[in-house]
Amino acid sequence: MNYNWDWGVFFKSTGIGSEVYLDWFISGLGWTLALALSAWIIALILGTIMGVARTLPSRFVSGFASAYVELFRNIPLLVQLFIWYFLVPDFLPESIEIWFKQDIKPSTSAFISVVVCLGLFTSARVCEQVRTGIQALPKGQINAGYALGLNIAQTYRHVLLPQAFRIIIPPLTSEFLNVFKNSSVASLIGLMELLAQTKQTAEFTANLFEAFTLATIIYFTLNMSLMMIMRWVEKKTSVPGLMSLGGK
Amino acid sequence: MDLSNIGPALPGLIDGMILTLELLFFAVIGGVALGTLLALARMSSNPVLSRLAGFYVNYFRSIPLLLVITWFYFMVPFIIGWITGRPTPIGAFTSCLIAFMMFEAAYYCEIVRAGIQSISKGQANAAYALGMNYSQAMRLIILPQAFRKMMPLLLMQSIILFQDTSLVYAVGMMDFLNTARSKGDIVGQPHEFLLLAGAVYFLISFSASMLVKRLQKKLAV
Repeated sequence: MNYNWDWGVFFKSTGIGSEVYLDWFISGLGWTLALALSAWIIALILGTIMGVARTLPSRFVSGFASAYVELFRNIPLLVQLFIWYFLVPDFLPESIEIWFKQDIKPSTSAFISVVVCLGLFTSARVCEQVRTGIQALPKGQINAGYALGLNIAQTYRHVLLPQAFRIIIPPLTSEFLNVFKNSSVASLIGLMELLAQTKQTAEFTANLFEAFTLATIIYFTLNMSLMMIMRWVEKKTSVPGLMSLGGK
Repeated sequence: MDLSNIGPALPGLIDGMILTLELLFFAVIGGVALGTLLALARMSSNPVLSRLAGFYVNYFRSIPLLLVITWFYFMVPFIIGWITGRPTPIGAFTSCLIAFMMFEAAYYCEIVRAGIQSISKGQANAAYALGMNYSQAMRLIILPQAFRKMMPLLLMQSIILFQDTSLVYAVGMMDFLNTARSKGDIVGQPHEFLLLAGAVYFLISFSASMLVKRLQKKLAV
């Protein structure tokens, strides 16, 4: 056992400007956070629309939404990413294609691809949770909405969705954490997010154990703190009188 | 779209799919076995054991699979070197398999635990009343019923694992996705081969999940 542990490696110069290796990790974490948050916004908006669509009485609309879910759920994330990054730009109108491939920085085009890919991929999962949340509500809720003279859009906006979202906070939390973890696929198309920076540090310094340990600690801490924040939010927003929330 | 080049590439693609399925098969077996042990440890009355298992599960559930695969790819040869005294190349397949087994065990553990906890307490008490000890009661009474109940969830998790095996691309293994990508590059038709890969993954996971849904209805009590 003759591995040279050197935890000081993160403060050594990378040889590029005045950067130390820790700066790489910080910028990688920045990319990871930016990716996950942008993808999460897309996933929430699209997932809510699709989730509502799945509960609508129209068979055409709910069939379309269910095909959408199956499509994004049954193709591996990495295959979807390759499709968005390598294939889709070639089928765009020429001006956009040139803009995507030449005018913007490679990191920006990789970023756009990952955000779109991860956003759509996650939206299919969010859709299923929104649907479950809506279907978990008593049927009386929708009837009460109609009885008050609300139309279907108003019933969803004022009665069903606010309750459904409060019910599905726990599964939405784990989906949110998944977005963070899944954003690491960006390293495979060359975006220098946390995992890619870790690999690069390991290659440059040969201190691979320290580099991977630090990355693990960062992901672990990020997850644990988000989970605790979400537990607090869950408690604050729980719907009174429902068993699923500890019977409060 | 020109599909004429896919025919000659088929033998290679099939080899890639066999590698993917091999990885899946061993990872599911190892993952479920380790996951069951973890679940038993987590529910044990020994606080050290249950804490350790709980930490294991939380740990692997909070880091990305891709990080685990890369970690193990670098680390496993090192550790084997420490144990045997000299650096031993073990190949990407073994290190990926170990990574998948250990990672998935954390997810299988939670499924098995929920399965065991869904069995009524009376079953265990009846087993004790018949004079069985803990391990007999688990082996002969609780686990068989629990596995029957959780079969659909275990299979669903395995379908997710089937899709996740494509991440071995990160360490250059020639699984189905990577074979399709390199074949496509060689013949100059990356788009066609990428779409083919997507379609194949879709068909397999979609039909598998339909079968699981059917099974779920059949097994429902």
